Formats: sequence, C-alpha cells, structure tokens
Amino acid sequence: MKTVTKDLLRLATVGSVDDGKSTLIGRLLVDTRQLFDDQLDAVQAASEKRGVGDLDLSFVTDGLRAEREQGITIDVAYRYATTPNRKFIIADCPGHVQYTRNMATGASTADLALVVLDVASGLKEQTRRHLCIAALLGVRSIIVAANKMDAVNWDESAYNKVVEQINTIASELDIASVKVIPVSALIGDNVVERSANSPWYNGQTVIEALETSDAGAWAGTQDGARLPIQWVLRQNGGGRTYAGMLCGHTIKVGDKVTLLPQGVETTVKAITNAAGPTSEAGVGLSIDIDLEAETDAGRGDMIATAPLPTVSKEITATICWFGDKPLASGQRLRLKHTSKVTPVRIAAINGVVDIETLKIEDADSLTTNQIGLATLQTADPIVVDDYREGRVTGSFVLIDEVTNATVAAGMVGRASFF
Amino acid sequence: MSTTPMQTPKSASHLDLLESHAIFILREVAAECERPVLLFSGGKDSAVLLHLAKKAFAPQQLPFPVMHIDTGQNFKEVLDFRDAAAAKAGARLIVAKVQDSIDQGKVADPGPMGVRNRLQSVTLLDAINDNKFDAAFGGARRDEDKARAKERILSFRDAFGQWDPRAQRPELWQLYQGKVNPGEHLRAFPLSDWTELDVWEYIARENMELPSIYFAHQRHVVLRDNMWLAVGEWVVPSSDENIEVRTVRFRTVGDANLTGAVDSDADTIEKIIDEISIANVSERGATRADDRFSETAMEDRKREGYF
Repeated sequence: MKTVTKDLLRLATVGSVDDGKSTLIGRLLVDTRQLFDDQLDAVQAASEKRGVGDLDLSFVTDGLRAEREQGITIDVAYRYATTPNRKFIIADCPGHVQYTRNMATGASTADLALVVLDVASGLKEQTRRHLCIAALLGVRSIIVAANKMDAVNWDESAYNKVVEQINTIASELDIASVKVIPVSALIGDNVVERSANSPWYNGQTVIEALETSDAGAWAGTQDGARLPIQWVLRQNGGGRTYAGMLCGHTIKVGDKVTLLPQGVETTVKAITNAAGPTSEAGVGLSIDIDLEAETDAGRGDMIATAPLPTVSKEITATICWFGDKPLASGQRLRLKHTSKVTPVRIAAINGVVDIETLKIEDADSLTTNQIGLATLQTADPIVVDDYREGRVTGSFVLIDEVTNATVAAGMVGRASFF
Repeated sequence: MSTTPMQTPKSASHLDLLESHAIFILREVAAECERPVLLFSGGKDSAVLLHLAKKAFAPQQLPFPVMHIDTGQNFKEVLDFRDAAAAKAGARLIVAKVQDSIDQGKVADPGPMGVRNRLQSVTLLDAINDNKFDAAFGGARRDEDKARAKERILSFRDAFGQWDPRAQRPELWQLYQGKVNPGEHLRAFPLSDWTELDVWEYIARENMELPSIYFAHQRHVVLRDNMWLAVGEWVVPSSDENIEVRTVRFRTVGDANLTGAVDSDADTIEKIIDEISIANVSERGATRADDRFSETAMEDRKREGYF
C-alpha cells in the first residue's frame, strides 16, 4: 500500500459577478485533468444546447438548472483537485450581492481566497465587499487572478494598475500575503500553462501559487488548546471521556487544563484519536480526553490550556446580517457558539461598516447583507476567544427562533481595519 | 483500549482530517437532533459512514438505528453484506421496502422489470415520517454530481421532503445547526468533501470489508446503453441480445437493472486504487443509468426528496 501523505488546502473564490470566477475554476480543473471525459462531454453538450459556444467552462461548477439558464452562480459549488502532495477543496462562490450569505459560507472555512477580477474594469465595489468579508472571516492570504488579459492585448500597464489597487486594499485589510497573476481563464494563460503572451511576467502561475501556499491556517494557531465538548463517551467499566474536535493548539497527556465555564483545574490523563490512544493530538482532529479529576462536564463546556479564553454573558462582536428584516436592539434570537446553544438578546447595535471607507457609521439597525458591530447578552455564559485569536472559539451564528434559519455570522471582537 | 499500542505523533494527512471532520458531523447531529437515522445501503460509501459512526461513539452503541430503502432489485451480495455489517455494528436495521409503497397504491407499479429508482423517494419520505426521524445521515459525496456539489453538509428538507437549492441555509464555519420544526427534517452528509479516491484510500487504510461485487469477478452480462448489465432476475436478455461471460467489477452499487459493471481485473483494494487513479470516466458516468435521464436528473430527484 502506497503511503498517502497529502495535506489539505481549502480555498474560496472571491470577486464580482461576470469577472470569471467559475470560468477560472473550470479552466483550473480541466487543465490539471481533474475532470473525467463524461463530465467534460456533459459540459460541452450543455454549452451547445444553450448556444454559448463549444465549451462554457463556467458550467463545470454552475450545476443548477437556474444557474445555467441565467448564466450566474447562485450558491457555492464545492469541487476537488489533487496534485501529488496536496488535496484542494475549492468553494466556488457566487458574486451577486444578494447571495453574500452563500459567499460567506464558502469563505468561512477557507485558508486562502482566490480573487478574480476583470483587468479592464479593475477593482469593483462588489470585489471590495468580498475582500472585506474574506478578511473579516480571517483569510490572511490571497491569490489574485487579473483576468481577461487577452481582452486588453496583454497590456502590462493594465496589470500594473490592478497590482496597485490590490496592494492598497490588502494593506487596508491587513492581508499578509498577496500574489497578483495576469491570466486569461478563457484561453488558459498562466492558469496551469505559462503564457507566451506575457514575457514581462516572471511570477508564478495560479496552480504554482496554490501549491506553495500555507495549508491548514484556518484551524488556528493560538497559544492555548481548546476542546469544545460535543459528546460525553461512557467507557466500559465506568468513567467518562470528553469528545470533540481540537482547535487552537496541540494538546498532550499531562497538560494542565481548565474546564470552563466551571473553572475546575485538572490534568489530561489520556487522549484517544480516531486510530486509538495517543500521547499528543493536533488541531483539526476529533479526539476524546480523559481527565484526572472526577468532574461534572457535558456538551457545551470547554477544556482549555492557558492562556485561557474568556467566560462571559455579554460579548461585543462583528455581525454579518443575512436576515430579510433588519436587526435591531432588543431582538431575541438563538446563538450557537462551538457546541453551545443559548438564547441571546441584542443589547445594542454599535454601528455599521461603510464598505467603501471601512469606517464605522452610526446606526441603530442592520439591514440584509450589512456588516455591523453589536453588543449581545446571552442567557448562559459562553467561553470565547477573540475571533482573530481563534477562528473556532471566536465565531458564532445567530438563529431565528421561529424558522430555525441561520440569520447571521458573528465574530467576537472587531477587526483592526475599522 | 490498553491492548492498542500508543501511536507516535505525526502531522495530520488529508485522510486524517476528512475522517475527523466526518466524526465531528456525526457527533454534532446526534447531539442536536432528537431522532437521527443512518441510511445504509451496503455500498462502499455507506460502509465508510457506518465505520466512522462506530468510531465516533465507541465504546458506546450507535445512538441511532440504520435504515435501508430496499427497491427489491438489489444485488444479493450487497444485501448479505448489509445484514452482516449492521449486525456486527450492533445496530438496529430498519428495512423500508419500495414494494410496500407499491402494494399500498402510493406509487404506480412499474412492472416486474420496471425501473424503481425514482419511487424510492416516496418510500424514504414515508419511512422518515412514520419513524419521526428529524435527521438522516447519507453517504453522498459532492464529487458525484453537479447538483450534489451545491448541497450543504446539513441540508434542510421542508414538510414535503423537498430540497430547495435556491434557499439553502448559510453554513458557516463548522457551526452545523440541526434544529427543525415538526414534520421537517435534515439530511446530513459527513462524506461531502471526500472523493471516490479518498474513499478507497480510506478503505485500504482501515482494512475494511466490502461486498464482493466491488472486486473483479466473472459474470454473465449483456450490453445495454453502453453498459454491462448483470443478467439475472431483473435483467432478462431479449432474443437479439448477446450474453457474454466477462471479468468485471462494480464501481458503484445501485439497482441491478440500472447499475453497469466495468471491465476490470482489479481484485484487490490496491488494484482498484490504481485503476481509478487513471480512470477517464467518472464513477456515476460509467455505471449509472439513473443519472442519464436528463441534464439535471439528480437536481430534479433531490427536489422530490431523493437521497
């Protein structure tokens, strides 16, 4: 048996409608030979049927009837690619503003954003909005495809103008790693195959950039380990272990831990992962832990190592509101944070973000797809980190009490850029 | 527990992360929903799902039953495996039969040779309703079909069992929330991000058992719609059809009259991995007539409540 030691990179496409996100993903999958012949034939047949040429690559990901009829992306499509050392999970996100919640769904678990923009029109407001949401969600690394270079005759100055615009917004949004690549997704230049049309460009192709980016950033790299308890496992012959997915930092047998919100201090006695007993476990893995102390712990509690998270019934947070009706103070909802669900009340709306200026404006409500700041009071205490410290323990969703719909994405604290 | 040797820590591979994510989803849905069920056909994907469910709750029993929607046109080898695997897992097996839906007049009888694939949705929704299940785990993967590629890991079904692809709940981070109102339910797909190759690499790593028809064997087959169909109770060749004996295996497992065999000498898991690593036809494209009815065959069936 061959040993399988690939790592896993999660990426999301970001950008405005019609700038070519789905076409770029289609091109990437076709040129790295991830698509089977019958899938390619089906895309070809669908293209001919709708009179959009021989091969409309956007049909590789736009699989819904309504998407193909309208030529737009409505919801995220997940596609997969494999190279010898890496598995890619690609979330191809919609560009339209009314589908922002779907874009946020795709970007919330991404290690990296693949930004696609039309080089002729440059950075549009919708691209700016998406970049802002991706940065808010903790994406710190972007690859930018300056697309449709063929339409501007591979004009280097058009590319340079995009580089300038991207560098400006990336520094505003604290994005650490930026690569801008001149491409034509339609023809396939600089996506997988290096282009003969851009002799002035010596950087990486899109696939090279994807293969050399850091993977696994999303599970977090803070100093403290966090195990939100999902399930209590009763062991044969008595005793209990606490099961969940580890985030933040590795944990070892013998580590001093605190059970929260109870505040009980104890030690890790044993760790079991999916393969059996282990002395140490890494982030992103489902494990169960046996503790030295006999304690009363259950779902919704958290096992943590220092520096410890905060226990509170009042949090200030950044909210992306997806509900149809505005969000205002006094409103009651349910909050889900890690494995904890609790009633929550909006104590105050503290402002709304102006996407153009990244400034906070006064507001007493948030309308659909607006991003704002709010103070929330929970019925039960929750155990949180600032979102920028821990993506898992700093995030929550708000749930409508009647329809059970997810109506908001919440991040504890506020970003540095507004 | 004490007999298993301690592992040496190593960095997590893509299979470790996919496995952990699936276990996380199984635990989360089991905790949030009142009455989950695991849909188990005996195929390779549901076998992986059952294997992961055992890991998620060991040493406890599974906190939910397993259920098979039996069209009555399944391969015997697969049904035998289904019964043995459920018994070995100590799981309660519910079998809901399409034949019962036909006998009760809920669906039209397509005749003894007729295709029953689409009728399953009625039997499935009735079984979910009768048992008051509020969540059903399935082994579907997003790489199987372009409509599945669009579906959430926790996928909401209204009181009619319908999927509305234009109004899916946002699914942020790994905050899977499973609350539904009475009559509604969820489908949960822990293998969403797995590909066919991931599934086989995992089966190899875990040394799992599978139904014998996944491995190369000799069989009487007949060519229909460019697929080798197994000659048997539901596939009776007409006088102008030519019966051949070929060495084949099944890449997916569905109804015997809809699922084609592929020419193959792969009689071990390792050979199967080599075979699919270089395949130029997708697993459903090679073997499933039910996906060929129209451009959006899967989306249309999912809207009606299909798996």
